[in-house]
Amino acid sequence: MLPKNEYFGYKRQSHMEFIDYYKILELNKSATDADIKKAYRKLARKHHPDLNPNDAAAKAKFQQINEANEVLSDPEKRKKYDTYGKDWQHGEEYEKARQQQQRQYSTSGDQGYSSSTGGEDFSDYFESLFGGAGSRRGTRPKFRGQDIQAELQMSLRDAYTTHQQTIKVDKNIRLTIAAGVENGQTIKIPGHGGPGANGGPNGDLYLTFNITNDTKFKRDGNDLFATVEIDLYTALLGGELMVDTFDGKAKLTVKEETQNGTKVKLKGKGFPVYKKEGEFGDLYLTYQVKLPTNLTEEEKELFRKLANRK
Amino acid sequence: MEKEALISIQQVCTHYNIAVSFFDSLQEYGLIEVVTVEEVQFIPVNKIKELEKIWHMHDELEINLPGIEAITHLLQQMESMQEELNRLRNSLNRYREE
Repeated sequence: MLPKNEYFGYKRQSHMEFIDYYKILELNKSATDADIKKAYRKLARKHHPDLNPNDAAAKAKFQQINEANEVLSDPEKRKKYDTYGKDWQHGEEYEKARQQQQRQYSTSGDQGYSSSTGGEDFSDYFESLFGGAGSRRGTRPKFRGQDIQAELQMSLRDAYTTHQQTIKVDKNIRLTIAAGVENGQTIKIPGHGGPGANGGPNGDLYLTFNITNDTKFKRDGNDLFATVEIDLYTALLGGELMVDTFDGKAKLTVKEETQNGTKVKLKGKGFPVYKKEGEFGDLYLTYQVKLPTNLTEEEKELFRKLANRK
Repeated sequence: MEKEALISIQQVCTHYNIAVSFFDSLQEYGLIEVVTVEEVQFIPVNKIKELEKIWHMHDELEINLPGIEAITHLLQQMESMQEELNRLRNSLNRYREE
């Protein structure tokens, strides 16, 4: 089992190889500003994270598209990219030369609204060539931080009780996880995503649970299922039996002439219902009658007598 | 609804640089619930994220409001289908393990 503070699923994209921004926007080098805008709009509509919720591939693609647009839609950046794109290591020399020229552009933008989609999360390649992400001429200030998707692995035993857990996503976050969380369920933790820019709020953290089960109980929603072995004589004559439930033991009365495969329901002994304190599903037990082995001659004779009576 | 859980449309418009008339259109298409208290219009604070998404689609992706309405509906359907798929997948696992 993984330690409780283990966290998987979030990995910042890193590119230190040449990135062909024209290829990303499906353009050739002679593309006009209008072509770039059109291509960006078309691809952004297809891959925008708001239109593809919980799709990490679409999000990664959108970040590439955004980065490509950031460069190609800015004449200065595009010129630099066209000249030095493949030799990005020399970007710094270009930068020194450029700084000798008087700045022609203002860096202030309008007070607009911006993407929550991680547009500021540029590749290392971009950062090497252009420096920090916030240097775009005339760009609108980023507002809300990006949403982060993460996966948290926990055991079925942990999911059974409300507990606190620390996860690490850039920083440690202590969470209370309500009992009854489902495998594959995603919860939103507001404000724990990427940091906002220019005073904007942080993004949200979306946490998906991956619940492993190493118990003998199988879970279906709030109900639990298990198999209980009973001996032939208890099945035939009835009796009492102690059985394991998820959180302890329960005494069962087995009826006479119980058939193999008979199911019994233990009401309220299943899994806790998510965010409904005190409510539980049911536990379904299936009797598996175990036939005796290594019979003595006397036992066999008794069974023969029984068989002949039928 | 408690007043603390609301934010005035004027405040939202100033903060996000959105025209007030945009809210009229949103209301017309049933995309946002507007609450009027003492002649001041508000939206629930918990709808801000939804509003942001709508604004992204409108402003960044240039999708018109009928398009946003259709997309919002499809996204809601997709979300409930994903929940159903998850539930069925978990149910199926029970039989797979047997």
